[in-house]
Formats: sequence, C-alpha cells, structure tokens
Amino acid sequence: MTNAPDRLALEGIVKRFGAFRANDDVNLKIADQSIHAILGENGAGKSTLMNVIYGLYTPDAGRILSRGKEVTIGDPREAMALGIGMVHQHFKQVNTMSVVENVVLGLPGRQILDLDEDRRRIETMAAELGSEIDPDQLMSTLPIGTQQRVEILKMLYREADLLILDEPTSVLTPNEIESFFKLLSRLRESGRTILLITHKLDEVMDLSDRVTVMRQGRVEAELETSATTPKELARVMVGRDVVFDVPHTPPKVGAPVLELDRISAVDDRGVSALDELSLSVREGEILGIVGIDGNGQRELAETVAGLRNLTSGKITVSGRDAEGYDPAERKHKLGVGYVPEDRQKVGLDLDSDVSLNMVLRGFRERPFAIRGWMDYARIRSHAEDLAKRYDVRMQGVSQIARDLSGGNQQKIILAREIEDNPRVLVVSQPTKGLDVGAIEFVQRTLLSQRDRGDAILYISSELEELLLVADRLAVIFKGRIVGELPASEATSEKLGLLMTGKEVA
Amino acid sequence: MNTGETGSSVSPIDAEARLQLRLLGLVKIVYLLKTVWAVIAALLIGAIFILLAGGNPLEGYSALFRGAFADYWGIGDTLVRMSPLLLAGLAVIIPLRAGLFNIGAEGQIYIGALFATIAALYLPDFLPGFLRIVLCIAVGALGGALWAAIPGLLKAYRGTNEIITSLLLSYVAINMIGAVLHTWLIEPGAPYPYSREVPEEVILPTFMPRTQAHVGIMIAWVTALLVAIMFWRTTLGQSIQIVGHNKHAAAYAGLNVKRLTVLSFALGGAMGGLAGVFEVLGLKYRLFDHFSPGYGMQGIIVAFLAALNPIGAILAAIFLAGLQVGAGSMQRATGIDTTMVAALQGLVVLCVAMGLAFKFHPDRWRRRIAAWRRDR
Repeated sequence: MTNAPDRLALEGIVKRFGAFRANDDVNLKIADQSIHAILGENGAGKSTLMNVIYGLYTPDAGRILSRGKEVTIGDPREAMALGIGMVHQHFKQVNTMSVVENVVLGLPGRQILDLDEDRRRIETMAAELGSEIDPDQLMSTLPIGTQQRVEILKMLYREADLLILDEPTSVLTPNEIESFFKLLSRLRESGRTILLITHKLDEVMDLSDRVTVMRQGRVEAELETSATTPKELARVMVGRDVVFDVPHTPPKVGAPVLELDRISAVDDRGVSALDELSLSVREGEILGIVGIDGNGQRELAETVAGLRNLTSGKITVSGRDAEGYDPAERKHKLGVGYVPEDRQKVGLDLDSDVSLNMVLRGFRERPFAIRGWMDYARIRSHAEDLAKRYDVRMQGVSQIARDLSGGNQQKIILAREIEDNPRVLVVSQPTKGLDVGAIEFVQRTLLSQRDRGDAILYISSELEELLLVADRLAVIFKGRIVGELPASEATSEKLGLLMTGKEVA
Repeated sequence: MNTGETGSSVSPIDAEARLQLRLLGLVKIVYLLKTVWAVIAALLIGAIFILLAGGNPLEGYSALFRGAFADYWGIGDTLVRMSPLLLAGLAVIIPLRAGLFNIGAEGQIYIGALFATIAALYLPDFLPGFLRIVLCIAVGALGGALWAAIPGLLKAYRGTNEIITSLLLSYVAINMIGAVLHTWLIEPGAPYPYSREVPEEVILPTFMPRTQAHVGIMIAWVTALLVAIMFWRTTLGQSIQIVGHNKHAAAYAGLNVKRLTVLSFALGGAMGGLAGVFEVLGLKYRLFDHFSPGYGMQGIIVAFLAALNPIGAILAAIFLAGLQVGAGSMQRATGIDTTMVAALQGLVVLCVAMGLAFKFHPDRWRRRIAAWRRDR
C-alpha cells in the first residue's frame, strides 16, 4: 500500500478569478481506497478545487497526477475517462424519467436501448451497496436519500473509482445520514476512493481516513484523522481559536413585536409550505429558526417581508396588521427590515451601482426623490456615509454591485436594512458564503441591533451559528413550529429529533 | 478577498503610471465608440458588395451621402423619414429597458394612425385648430398605448411571451385598419382603400419651407429628450430599469413589477402611436392601407444601434433615414440598385450585434498596457 502511487495528486494548483485567488498553490494527495475529506468554510475554495479536478475549470498553474501519471483534465468527460465521478450538491438528474433511464442517460455508444441488461446490473450494484432500488421507479417519487444513491450509482456505472461528493449530507435527514455513512464505508471496502467535501467537523471525524483543511484558497493542513481532534480541526479551519468572541450578553426582552398567528402559505409550485404556523418575537431578542432546508424557512421569511401572500392567518407588527403592505411599505411604515437568503438575486440589483443599492427599497421616497425626481447627489452622499460606517470595501459608490465580493455585498444589504432602525429584522442565511471576518461582522451587527431593542428573526441552516447567536430557538418542520426552547437549553440531540418531526419527551 | 483599493488615491503617482492610466482611458473610448466602428465595418463590407455588383463604392456612397444630407430637399426628406424611425425606436427602447421585447411597434403605428385619423375627421369644427391637433396627437398616442398594453397585460398577468403576442398583434392591427378602410372610412369613390383627407386645420405645419418637414419631427426630438430625462432623473425611469435588471430585486424594492410591465409596454406603444399620428397629420393627410413600410421593425434596428439610449436613437434614426433617402440618389447617379441599401441595413445590424461581444475589461487592459510598456 505504501508504495502504490496516490489515486490522485495535485501539485501547486492555482486558480484565479480576476485578482482573487480561489485556489492558491494547493497540494493534495489522495491515497487509493481511502476516504479523504476536504474541510473548509464556505468560500474556502473547496468547490473550485473540485471543479478543477472534474475538468470544469482549467487551473492557471499546477499539475494533476492520476495514479502517478500527469494528466490534463479539460472537461468532465475526460475526468470520467480517468475514473473520476462527481456527485454535485444539487443533483443533475431528470425527474420525469425512471432510475434506469437516468443512469443510462448520456452513456456513449448507445444507439439502441435495451434496458433489461441495465436493470439487472443496477439491481446487483445496488444490492452490493446494501440498498434496494427499483430501476423502474420515477426519479421524482424517490426520497432525496435514494436519489443521491442513484447519483452515486450513475458514477459507478461509468466505472468511476474516485467519487467526489460535494456536501453530500446537506440535503439529508439525520437518519439518512447514518445509512449514507455505511454506504461510504462499503464503497471504500469495494476498492473505491472517496473525496468528501464538507464543512462539518463531525462528518470528518466519523468517516475520513485523512483530512485536508482549506482556508482562503490555501491548504492549511493535511492530517491523519485519527491523530487529530475536532478542536484542532476547527482552529485550523477558522484560523484562530474558535471561541465566540462576540459578547453575547443576556437579552433585555420586552413586549412581543412580531406576531404570526396561524399563518399558512404556499411555495412557488403552489404546494403548502407554511401550515398554520404561529410564533412571536419580542423586543430585544433573537429568535433562531432551526430546521432542515426546505421545511418552509424561505416562505416564512418572505411572508413576513411581504414578498409572499398568506393564504390564511395574520401577521402583526407592533400590533398593526401587516396585510396589504408591500415589501417597501413594510420596511418604511411598519419597520420590517429583511436580509434575504439570496443576496444576489433578491437583495441587490447587481447591475446597478452601490449607491442605488443602498437605497434600493426607498429610492422613491423623500429625501432621495421628491415628487418623482431622483436626487442622485443625495443618494451618493448617503451611500458614501453608509459605506464608511459599515466598512464596505469598493472603488467608489458608483461601482457596480456585481463587482463587489460577497461579504461587501452583504454589508450593503445590512447597512440598508438596519439604517433606519427597524422594529423587526428578518435575516435569512446571513453568513452563507462569507469569510470569517465578514461572518463576525454580521453577527456583531445583529447582536448590537438586538441590544437596541430590535426583534430579530434569524433563519439559518447552520446549527452552531444559531446556538451561538440566538436567544431562543424554534424548530420548523413541514411548515409548522414543532418546538421552542431557550438556546441555553438546546442540544444537538434534542434539536435533531425535533428537526425530523419527532416529539421530544 | 477584496483588494480594498480606492480609485481616488491621494498618493503621488509617477509619470509612467499616469501615462498608463491615460492609455487605459483611450482604450475605453475606443470601446465606447464600438457602434461607430460597427457601422464603418458594415459600410466597408457593403463596398465589397457594390464592387461585386459592378459599381464604384466611393461614387455610390458619396451619391448616397449627398442625396441624403448635402442639399436642402434631401435633408428635408431625411428628416421626414427620421421621425417614424425615431419614434419606433423609442417604442422598442422603453419596454426593453424593462427587459421586455416589443416587436409589435408596427401594429402600434397603425392603431395610432387610425385613432388620429378618426379624431381628425370627426372632432367638431368649432374647436380651434391647435386644440384639435393636440387632441389628435393625444388620441393617437393613447391608441398605440392601449394596443401595446395588451401584450403587456398578457405578460404581467398570464406570463405569455410578449415577443410573440406583440408581433402577432401587429398583423391583427394592420388587417383591422384594412377592414376599417375597406368598409367605413374609405373615401367614397376612391380607387383603392384610403380615407378622406383630414381637415386643413389639423394638418401639421412644416418648418422647412417647400419641404415636407413637419413639426412632428420636432415633437419626436423633444419626445426622445423627455424619454432620456425619464431614464436619467425620474423614479419611474429608475424603477423600469430595476425591473429590467432583476424582477426579484424589484419586488423586494417594493416595486409593482406587473404594473411596471404593463406601463413600460404602454409607454412604448404611445411612441409607436405617435409615429402613426405624424404620418397621417404631417405627411399623407389621409389614412392609407399599408402606409408603413415596416417602420416598426426598423425601430428595432434603431434601438440596437442606439444601445437603448434615447438620444443615441436620434442619431441612429437620422443615419438609417439618410441611407433610405440617399438610396434613390445613389441609383440615379451610379446605377447601383436601391436594394443595396436594404443589404447595408442588414450588415449594420449584423456588425452592431457582433460588436456586443466586445466588452471593455479594465483589468485585462491594464495588464496588457503594463506588459506593452515593459517590453519597450
């Protein structure tokens, strides 16, 4: 084993986007038949590196060696030819086709389809992996965990022996995660190599043989998993000791400000997303919404912000019914600030400049416009002032928002939503994709808003983050709040059960 | 992640850096003028065609230019042509700033002309002439706006593709005018379908004696200016552009995306309607069947040539009008067929479209200039 060449080795990989180095001199050695984890925060360069391996990006410098032989990987097909398969975080599959059709789809050299043989092979392969899959079932009818298995099967069917799994557990429930772990062990035993991309420490500790920790595009450490501790990994990943150094003082809670009374709403497809959900957020507290993605979090945020209609129920802000107020009116008349989950698609007009984005939700109002006429001088000076106070790094306020980094884009949104002292602040995944410094800035800002008496509804899929920032937690499951508890009493176990809809004794 | 550099650095820059900055500015200007280069390229390619057809491109182009711009009557004709082209261009530009394609300016022109004709023929005589003119113009613009509101409404509330609906509605409009002319509006005893002549009091005065250059041309210019001001200074213009950039962000900003969709389409339609009004009141004095030689479609060319800039649209419309007016002179002087101008228009569109692929990347050029200076 020791003399065998590495399944895959990267030497000095550099990938630049403009002036930004997404990967900076990355070295990586993946032993054959091992589970190798790549650990790093959002934006550490993990996905870029995987796209380099999978042929989606061409590196600006560096070498790739497959089983000791130098190779160039120009596109995914060449990666497949080298036995490299990738399972994306968001599956690439056709929902209206059956399992066998999805697996066979795109296989080269097939003019006439005889799927009987394929059905048999899929069943045997699935059995080998310890799972049962009906090859004729429609993809859309399968649970997410099974869909993921089909994706893996698809790669194995193409004789991939190095599987890249991008954040594979982010879509799974805790139960599915458990059996998924078993599957990975089986894959390793059957001679496959697995490259696991994740930002979750426990996954790394439970599963991997070796772990490479990335931070800001660089490899910070490569360690034997058995020889390290979660604490050490966290320190390397974040670049300093992970003690939450944002002072989290006990909240000074006042009267309820935001009250949701049995609200229901449907998602974009018209399917029920919120089911008579009730909650209230009081002055001066942060209520964290915990839950597996897709349980109504997005719709919850949008109904409060006024971007989605209620089908029943009532939302009140400081006792006033919010019905009939559009998103801008909710901000300016009711005092509901909203930091949306998708900052690039919703929170900003990326094609407009920083100054307009700073007043995106109020540019039609005084003092930025008077009787339909824009006062751009006023808008500019306002933006310059905010940019200074919220430390937005840019060339100037007339720079197009698209050209700013994610952290600076988020600062624009925060500045705008916080600036005219809201009563309620709805924040959705506010730290997603941000670097550590920006995350800290966001959290600090939110806490100081809390201390000023804002009622904050904090929606996040990062459990640790919620445990640190929130004063109280509410668990959302299938559009309902299934449990509420003070953050101090919350444990991962308790929350984990609630998140899957189980009652806690 | 962010370099944190600021554009307005106060530290002293040495001469070399300043020179490189100036070179960068120069390159930027070259990029900004890309429509001009595209037009020149189109004319050069057109020259090859003229050569192949056995003509002399230099003589041809100079005859074309002289015919369109170099004498009094030519200028008058060019301006008369410019007016519907400019307004049709604006009819495309306004909705396109909201991200919507109005391919149906042609139909809006016809409806505008129909509304204006009816108003001109049936407004009571006792109203003063000036008021009747104003009313005719308003009614025509309103007609175009209402017609364009149909695809706007369908898009906003039913999600129907506005490209298809606006285009198909043009044919409805053209044939509707045909039907009305054949039955109700036709001048008794007319050999082919046209309406009665509009009363003298509502005919637009000309501002260049002995030419057909009517004041509608000036109104078109003022309109283009107003549209420019709308996008440049008003909350309405800004709102339309945010909708064009990103509908989700627009909704988040509290803008009524559906209303703005309908409104921008209707505003565009009003422009088309005006084009129709002026063709009747300023030029032909009657409503003719099939009076527009495709101004609506040529409006798309104007819009792209102008890069959606309303002031640029004036120049683009003058250029296209000049080509069309000069074509006759070119044929008379050199025997080059007028259809060559149609080919030229196509080439211009092609070249401008290709020009869209060239974008100015300051960083890339900064590096290139630095490398070039180092080599020297």
